[in-house]
Amino acid sequence: MRNTLSGIAVALFASTMLVGAASAETLRWARQSDALTLDPHSQNQGVTHTFNHHIYETLLDRDVEGNLQARLATDWYVKEGDETVWVFELREGVTFHGGEEFTAEDVVFSIERAKSENSNMRQLHADVESVAAVDDYTVEFQMAGPSPLYPNNITNTFIMDKGWSEENDLTEVQDFAAGEENFAVRNTNGTGPYVLAERDPDVRSVLTVNEDWWGDAPAVTEIVYTPIADNATRVAALLSGEVDLVQDVPVQDIERLAGTDGIKVETGPENRTIYFGYAMDDEPLISSNITDENPFANPLVREAMSLVIDREAIRQVVMRGQSLPTCVNMPPFVNGWTEELDACPAVDVERATELMAEAGYPDGFSVTLDTPNDRYVNDEAIAQAVVGMLGQIGIDVTLASRPVAQHSPLILNNETDFYLLGWGVPTFDSAYNFNDLVHTKDDEYGTYNIGLYSNPEVDEMIESLGTMTDLDARNAVIADIWAQVQEDRVFIPVHNQVLAYAMRGDMTLAVHPENQPSMTGVVFE
Amino acid sequence: MLAFIFKRLGQSILVMLAVALIAFIMFRYVGDPVASMVSQEASIADQELLRERLGLNDPFYEQFFRFIVNAVQGNFGISYRLQTPVAELVMSRLPATIELALTSATIALVFGILAGVFTALNRKNPAAAAIMAFSLIGVSLPTFLIGIGLIYIFAVELQWLPSFGRGQVIDFGWWTTGFFTETGLRSIILPAITLSLFQMTLIMRLVRAEMLEVLRQDYIKFARARGLSKRAINFSHALKNTMVPVITIAGLQLGSIITGALITETVFQWPGIGSLFLSSVAVVDVPVMAAYLIFVGFVFVVVNLIVDILYYVVDPRLRVGAAKGH
Repeated sequence: MRNTLSGIAVALFASTMLVGAASAETLRWARQSDALTLDPHSQNQGVTHTFNHHIYETLLDRDVEGNLQARLATDWYVKEGDETVWVFELREGVTFHGGEEFTAEDVVFSIERAKSENSNMRQLHADVESVAAVDDYTVEFQMAGPSPLYPNNITNTFIMDKGWSEENDLTEVQDFAAGEENFAVRNTNGTGPYVLAERDPDVRSVLTVNEDWWGDAPAVTEIVYTPIADNATRVAALLSGEVDLVQDVPVQDIERLAGTDGIKVETGPENRTIYFGYAMDDEPLISSNITDENPFANPLVREAMSLVIDREAIRQVVMRGQSLPTCVNMPPFVNGWTEELDACPAVDVERATELMAEAGYPDGFSVTLDTPNDRYVNDEAIAQAVVGMLGQIGIDVTLASRPVAQHSPLILNNETDFYLLGWGVPTFDSAYNFNDLVHTKDDEYGTYNIGLYSNPEVDEMIESLGTMTDLDARNAVIADIWAQVQEDRVFIPVHNQVLAYAMRGDMTLAVHPENQPSMTGVVFE
Repeated sequence: MLAFIFKRLGQSILVMLAVALIAFIMFRYVGDPVASMVSQEASIADQELLRERLGLNDPFYEQFFRFIVNAVQGNFGISYRLQTPVAELVMSRLPATIELALTSATIALVFGILAGVFTALNRKNPAAAAIMAFSLIGVSLPTFLIGIGLIYIFAVELQWLPSFGRGQVIDFGWWTTGFFTETGLRSIILPAITLSLFQMTLIMRLVRAEMLEVLRQDYIKFARARGLSKRAINFSHALKNTMVPVITIAGLQLGSIITGALITETVFQWPGIGSLFLSSVAVVDVPVMAAYLIFVGFVFVVVNLIVDILYYVVDPRLRVGAAKGH
């Protein structure tokens, strides 16, 4: 009798399990590389953030249109009467995967951790002087001065549980010099929609849905995440049905995949502009046959160069249609972007030749162009195309192509005359570009001002942006700076990159401008 | 004998030190790890801080000495990329590479010897000619092309075998194996064939040449004259003598199979140390790169040491020389 009863119980249990399994939807997701670490504050890198967004949550994040939206914070505003304080109201009833309740203390702890010396996120919180919990669900950030755009900086700063972190000795971000691993590299405790079930770096990670998540239950209940480094293999895995979703689709495969039965490709603009830059100071170039002066310092030469670069040809031939040509160094999502800035003048070789002669280089000059060959979509091929275009006006370009690991030090040490680079704007505001690319290079500003452009007036305007609270006035200053930057031709922008996600035909996932798709957004037919 | 082994061991340690030194000098030129570790807005001051923390500003000899002292204790530091101890990382990847290498070596040996014998004995047979022609493909096509081709045929078109990964694995303590699961076995087929193709061709051609050589020898003629069966002559007389050089080469090739797995592992996303090395190179993860090179050096040194000792045991002439006090 007892046996029969327990038999029935087992059968009942099994049948409820079956119901559960029938509605469960596993998504097998492949991309080029793996998240570097699960410690949320130790790396500021897109692939790592994308993965961690499924486990941990941020106060705010961005939707697929690039707008800020509420996440663990439900409301955020500048404190009345004090422009230097940001107030965040927190979501109630949220729990961590370990069962701990989410409160203001966790936010204070996490922001302080993200600001600590070993954190790779600290730059984003440099203006935060202190964080304090007003009550369980309200946090105040004391800023160094008015920081109207600070909420843009927190979309990748994840909130950890204070108790759990202290228990596991995680108050500090891992210190490489100590030569020890920390607990958070492989273990997680977030509030996010998925719970880590399995982690084998570079090989396979499994996430299962968090039944207690505060948001709407996602259609995907299990994620199997596999990095596949080789482009051809990754695409083959989708074609053979071994994976459902592939990120980092090579441009040459987009058309073919889109034409394959049962496969769908979603494309959309990425928050990244590809551009050329050059040395603009008075020092003679390192690689040129003109040794007494810097031809790039002459504005006429810069104008001529921009005139002969055929962006439309690059889009059609090099990028196979997968790019958005632009003449301003920022993608359309960014505050400060206008259609006029984006528009390009027609290619005019004749006028460019005249300009070169006017500048005193009727026979042109020679120069080396440095480009990475493994960083951006078809980076080397773009540079190659431009070599031919500049040849038309006598600029004899030698191409020096390197992996990004070698290209970066060259760039950061200003050891290049002429270079290709890509720039993303995670804060979605022009000030980000100005701070790093346009402001005169020093310890804090101008890290990527490779051409050593320097204009004290512009510097002053850039610095003023940080504390301006009247957004209209601020936008006017941004427009003025862009006007100056365009007039001085600080950059030769080429295009905004386009992202492509390839997936099986019965699902939909929109392209995220920061290439940080969330699997909670997947819809099945 | 003991003196010989000690001398050999001493030489091996010198070789290992040289490998470590060369590896270290090379890493000075592969790029800046900091550039790939920090975000695009990290200030110059912050980057300098990280460089200091990683010890990259110390003089070269200091970094090298620190590395050797730690390496001897089995401590290869922390991977810059994955932030976990390198020794642990390499150990967790090693089973995959060893299983792949052994499977490939077995395939290469079995099929190489069979095909070699067959083509040597049936020189006029069209099938033998076809095998010889096919073997040219094995030596001339690059590994990644063979791999992609196999993936296209067997994974995408026919959908018989998986295109990537290792399938389901079972843990035995620190050893993970795919040999006891269906997906594990199916997963190893394509990469193992890809990796074995070159060695297979090599062994086949070697066996064939040696066999033809041996078949011309007088003792084979005698054997024929004595009326021994063809099978007895071919397999117990001829093949046996063919095998001596084949075993030597095959032993040495095992080392290059393990190290040559780089490309195959990447094409098939096989989670071994080869693919670990390649993904580390991309971001200048110096501790992993150094550990890998040391490992490769170690494999070759050990294989050579064993071969040398075996020669010493097998070949009496070496021992006589040693007894005379050379």
